[in-house]
Amino acid sequence: MININYIFPEIFISISLMLILLIGVFKKKSSLLIYNLSIISLLVLLAILINLYSLPDTSLFNSSYQIDNLSNFMKILTIGSGIFVLLTSFKYLKLINIFKIEYPVLILCSILGMMVMISSNDLIVFYMGLELQSLALYVLASFNRDNLLSSESGIKYFVLSALSSGLLLYGCSLIYGFSGSTNFNLIYQNISYTEHVFTFGIVFILVGLAFKISAVPFHMWAPDVYEGSPTSVTIFFAILPKIAALAVFIRFLYVPFLNMIDQWQMIVVFLSISSMVFGAVAAIGQINLKRLAAYSSIGHMGYALAGLSTGTNEGIQSSIIYISIYLTMNLAFFSCLFMMRRNEKYFEKIDDLSGMSKNHPILSICLLITLFSLAGIPPLAGFFAKFYIFMAVIEMKMYFLAVIGLLSTVIAAFYYLRIIKIMYFDLEKEKFDTDHHFGLKITLAISTIFILLYFIYPTFLTGIITRINLI
Amino acid sequence: MNFPILSSLILLPSIGAFFIFFVKSGNKTYQASKYVALFIASANFLLSIYLWLIFDISTSEFQFVENREWIKGFINYKVGVDGISILFIILTTLIATLCIISVNSTISNRLKDFLIAILLMETLMIGVFCSLDLVIFYLFFEGGLIPMFLIIGIWGGERRVYSAFKFFLYTLLGSVLMLIAIISIYWISGTTDVEKLYEIGIDSKYQNLLWLAFFSSFAVKTPMWPVHTWLPDAHVEAPTAGSVLLAAILLKMAGYGFIRFSLGLFPIASEHFIPLIYILSLVAIIYTSLVALMQEDMKKLIAYSSVAHMGFVTLGIFTMTQQGIEGSIFQMISHGLVSAALFLCVGVLYERMHTRLIDHYGGLVSIMPKYSVVLMIFTLSAIGLPGTSGFIGEFLILIGVFKKNFLVAGIASFGVILGAAYMLWLYKRIIFGKINSENLNKMKDLNKSETIILICLVVPSIFFGFYPEPLINTMEISIENLLEMYNSHIELNLAKISND
Repeated sequence: MININYIFPEIFISISLMLILLIGVFKKKSSLLIYNLSIISLLVLLAILINLYSLPDTSLFNSSYQIDNLSNFMKILTIGSGIFVLLTSFKYLKLINIFKIEYPVLILCSILGMMVMISSNDLIVFYMGLELQSLALYVLASFNRDNLLSSESGIKYFVLSALSSGLLLYGCSLIYGFSGSTNFNLIYQNISYTEHVFTFGIVFILVGLAFKISAVPFHMWAPDVYEGSPTSVTIFFAILPKIAALAVFIRFLYVPFLNMIDQWQMIVVFLSISSMVFGAVAAIGQINLKRLAAYSSIGHMGYALAGLSTGTNEGIQSSIIYISIYLTMNLAFFSCLFMMRRNEKYFEKIDDLSGMSKNHPILSICLLITLFSLAGIPPLAGFFAKFYIFMAVIEMKMYFLAVIGLLSTVIAAFYYLRIIKIMYFDLEKEKFDTDHHFGLKITLAISTIFILLYFIYPTFLTGIITRINLI
Repeated sequence: MNFPILSSLILLPSIGAFFIFFVKSGNKTYQASKYVALFIASANFLLSIYLWLIFDISTSEFQFVENREWIKGFINYKVGVDGISILFIILTTLIATLCIISVNSTISNRLKDFLIAILLMETLMIGVFCSLDLVIFYLFFEGGLIPMFLIIGIWGGERRVYSAFKFFLYTLLGSVLMLIAIISIYWISGTTDVEKLYEIGIDSKYQNLLWLAFFSSFAVKTPMWPVHTWLPDAHVEAPTAGSVLLAAILLKMAGYGFIRFSLGLFPIASEHFIPLIYILSLVAIIYTSLVALMQEDMKKLIAYSSVAHMGFVTLGIFTMTQQGIEGSIFQMISHGLVSAALFLCVGVLYERMHTRLIDHYGGLVSIMPKYSVVLMIFTLSAIGLPGTSGFIGEFLILIGVFKKNFLVAGIASFGVILGAAYMLWLYKRIIFGKINSENLNKMKDLNKSETIILICLVVPSIFFGFYPEPLINTMEISIENLLEMYNSHIELNLAKISND
């Protein structure tokens, strides 16, 4: 039974999740313990996964579960950012009174769902992972249940997400009906190119997936949910589900349907262009930083999709590089958001940043670097993310996509600059509190240093990612 | 020579900036940070002079080349200098040093941050002139936006936010198209190494589009008419040191880019687009000179005169003659010195009177005699009076243009007259005439540090006016080689067309 090694991470997280839940239920006042235990179990999980990296590729359970470089790397990304997300939110959770045992457990639950999604090589397995992840997220979105906005965002996410899951399931059933299998490899063998139903199936599934990564025109939920959820959940929303959904996106488009690239390429290009342009334009008028983050993440997903639309290995790799750098930038951005606290209250309006550079030079520098990187200005990491994407796009001679993408970078630069302007050029306000906990500081430090110094040794990331080959 | 002298030139200012970042903002250490910055910058200047001394002017090869693997199997970190770029490096280090000396009481808040921004800017600018790989070049070229945006935005005048945004977005918009072109070159030719690209050349059917993409970036940065409108705004609002950096070096990046990349990589397209460049340059020379005549703000006037001077530069570059290109480079160096000096001179007045409107001044000759002399020298140099560096540049350019096209040369010469008109009129209105307000009488003449800075600029601009040999000798062979390569590409292409 060598197979057990491969899914050991999933088994480990399921068991530790249940144990942690049991401890939480039976031991009184154990929220701190639970919180620490969750971080420790994620760390152990990360160690296990890194150990597994050297094992050869396999597929398990009648090849419905795929373990390869793609899944391993995406899982490491998920869990790594999961750890940081938990680390940053410690004080926030306490101050707004949602430091409860359910919180870390739900996060672990959703991470388990994502791991299943990432490895899935079968429509049913994929759907199972997706729902496990989503159900936990519905609860998390409305976790601050005394807050009207939070409850609203939970409901909103639930209703819209259920709708998109419905569409996705319908797509799955169409594909199953006409190919006779739910397994990606079998679909690939049984596909008949003259059958237009497959295109319908692909479209429905793409709609569901586009909803999960909030690509335009399926983005409507994102700004409201981002704004309404507690910030600690928003950061989770902004990062983790996108990694998992992108992994599924890649596997779904490239394993069973690569030969139908003519059918889906236009759809992905459309999703990509509309997300890039909409994300850039709609964010200009925002005054709430969390809402702005939502629009900016819509735009960034557009770039990741642009890489995917190429249908090449370089395209996949560039998307993965993009998402890795994107998540670091978001970690830094939200860490700064967590630091905007005055007298035990958190601020999230752009105007609250006014003149921050005078009182908090280091924090402002970090945010400055992050924002310039989000805008894609060299030599920061964000530039390289875009650079790889456009390398892949231009290799396939998709100049139209490249030009639109880069022009929307310029538009997007405007609203990032606006934040910098308020931070650096405007008059100062009262100071923020400076007693941040260690986890938050270390997250900000690590992510900012990564963004700033990525250019010194870019091979560090590309070296790992170029080993991910699906074609 | 294993010592990586170019990398040291690039890195040294950043290292200095890194140290200054950790200086505590106490009062005493605050001043100290200025001396640290000054020390670093002047060390860098001396290093660049040393580089010039050991530079071999008898070869057109790139020298002091460093080639390291950067992104595996894809892009190399490659830097090197030839006779063209070395002059710009020296100009950069000189101007950056003077900028740091010029920082004084006007930058009262966040002196430390200001010095860091200038030092980072120096790193990036030297990087632009050294890089021999398109991607590395783009990194440095674009990276400069960040410190410049902050310099204008934080320490600028009243409309600083508008100007900073305009500067940033204009330049970014131009450059993203260049990025597309760079990536396309990689897929067309398989490399972004400039030396290799010179050898293998780029397929002529792609050249026009690529040239236009590069042009969009350089035209904004030069700036050429009609995309010059960011420049007056940026200049007017930027603090003195920022204006100096902008005028003296940032604009030169584009001129350098035209020579190194547009001419070097896309000869056939360059030949094709000569009329476009001529027309835009002429419009820039005549139109902006006329606009400059009507300015009431001194800084704006000098900004418009920069546009006109850069019009001469682009004109000279695209004559594709030895004299024209030599003249352009000479003009860029000279303009770097002179416009820097003029902005510093305006800064001197602004510090004392807090206004830049020409109407508010008059009769300064009796109040500030030293200042009047210095300003006279630079005004004449800007006009291109024989004996100043401005003359050599303009003269060589006009010779080059006369060779190519008589009409263009005629119109351009007319621009020289207009240039004399607005500069001399400016001088007359400020220095001569009645003293039109009481406050002017209280103005003090140049102080020590101002004198030092201005003399540092007077000396080279007169020295090279009388004795241009060192500069010409340095660049001569590189330009010859460039033109040889250029002409051979054109001939090859002609032969190909006639064969078809």
